[in-house]
Amino acid sequence: MPASRGQCSVKEQVEELPEWALELRQVAVSGDAAAFARLFEHFGPRVKAFLMKSGADAAMAEECAQDVMATVWHKAVSFDPARASAATWIFTIARNRRIDMLRRQRRPEPEDLTWGPEAEPDQLDALVMQQETARLSQALEQLPEKQRVLIERAYFGDLSHSEIAEATGLPLGTIKSRIRMALDRLRHTMSRESIRE
Amino acid sequence: MIRHHITDELLMAYSAGTLPEAFSLVVATHVSLCDECRARLESYDAVGGALLEKMDGAIDLSAGSLDATLARIAAWKDAQDRPASAITQALAPEEQPVFPAPLRDYVGGDPAAVRWRPVGGGVRQAVLPTSREASVRLLYIPAGTAVPDHGHRGTELTLVLQGAFRDEHDRFGAGDIEIATEVTQHTPVAEPGPDCICLAATDAPLRFSGWLPRLAQPFLRI
Repeated sequence: MPASRGQCSVKEQVEELPEWALELRQVAVSGDAAAFARLFEHFGPRVKAFLMKSGADAAMAEECAQDVMATVWHKAVSFDPARASAATWIFTIARNRRIDMLRRQRRPEPEDLTWGPEAEPDQLDALVMQQETARLSQALEQLPEKQRVLIERAYFGDLSHSEIAEATGLPLGTIKSRIRMALDRLRHTMSRESIRE
Repeated sequence: MIRHHITDELLMAYSAGTLPEAFSLVVATHVSLCDECRARLESYDAVGGALLEKMDGAIDLSAGSLDATLARIAAWKDAQDRPASAITQALAPEEQPVFPAPLRDYVGGDPAAVRWRPVGGGVRQAVLPTSREASVRLLYIPAGTAVPDHGHRGTELTLVLQGAFRDEHDRFGAGDIEIATEVTQHTPVAEPGPDCICLAATDAPLRFSGWLPRLAQPFLRI
């Protein structure tokens, strides 16, 4: 456990998380309805817009957006801010709902590596992940218009997987290294836990 | 040590949610075994997150939407009173299940639960149920056995789960994924040692070179 954690109470630690990670933690730990309302106000309309751009009509998108936000509440405990931003995590929930709704298929997901409800988020890792996410957003904005449009189309489900080849080649090196470090730490913790049992 | 990984376009398509279910199963199974590809995949998810955050003209939800969602949450909680979330623990090697979780979901368990069907030459297979755009099956290839020389009309992903195979190009051990396209013509042979078990997905029927396997093809149900 990092030395920085030992000194402060749980409350103080939580307050230093990136903004949406803080709200998600409050929902997870104490079922905080006000924190959820803030998340809802920010992400609800974005999720609805994402679903409509992906081919859903307004009524279906509204219905699914509510469902996605309800899932955000229920799964808040499994959100790991050292591994993803809140927007990234909510994107994966919305995407899975879209596959279910528009394509009527199951979505095989990788084996879960949850960090567990008891674990405390590491604030420093969470803040670095936030910076990496901001840097990625900037890098995406600086891409040539043609490639940016292609990437958007890919994520709205508008490109076949053979067309997607042209949209790859993104500047993902640094964010990938951070995620890899977070995974290594998680693996390390998981193997320690299993020895203790 | 995994040497053969998933390509960027497959990872991006899986992250965007546009792969056929059969391919998604192979990707999800490989990612379960390979943290390098998991980190790459989660980077592509971060691209999706950045797009969501930047969503132009975010569309307002209808009035009462928050209340409706809170009612949903309450109803859900009542219904199941939240079972403790399952946490995957790293298991000691001898307890390690052979199949990663996403594959177990499709098979209904580990290798013992598979309903194998012989397809000739000692090779067995089990087709798994997925949407029809592409198909996926488990292959059981006894050590030292060759799979008939075949080309591919579409894309074929082969993930090794146990044992290893070799073809004219390279060696593929547990966790490795081989991506074959229309131009790939090869004769994979299972190495001596443990029998080889693979998960193989294709978006077109296999095309065998010899006339006998070609006749057998309708019976393979692929």
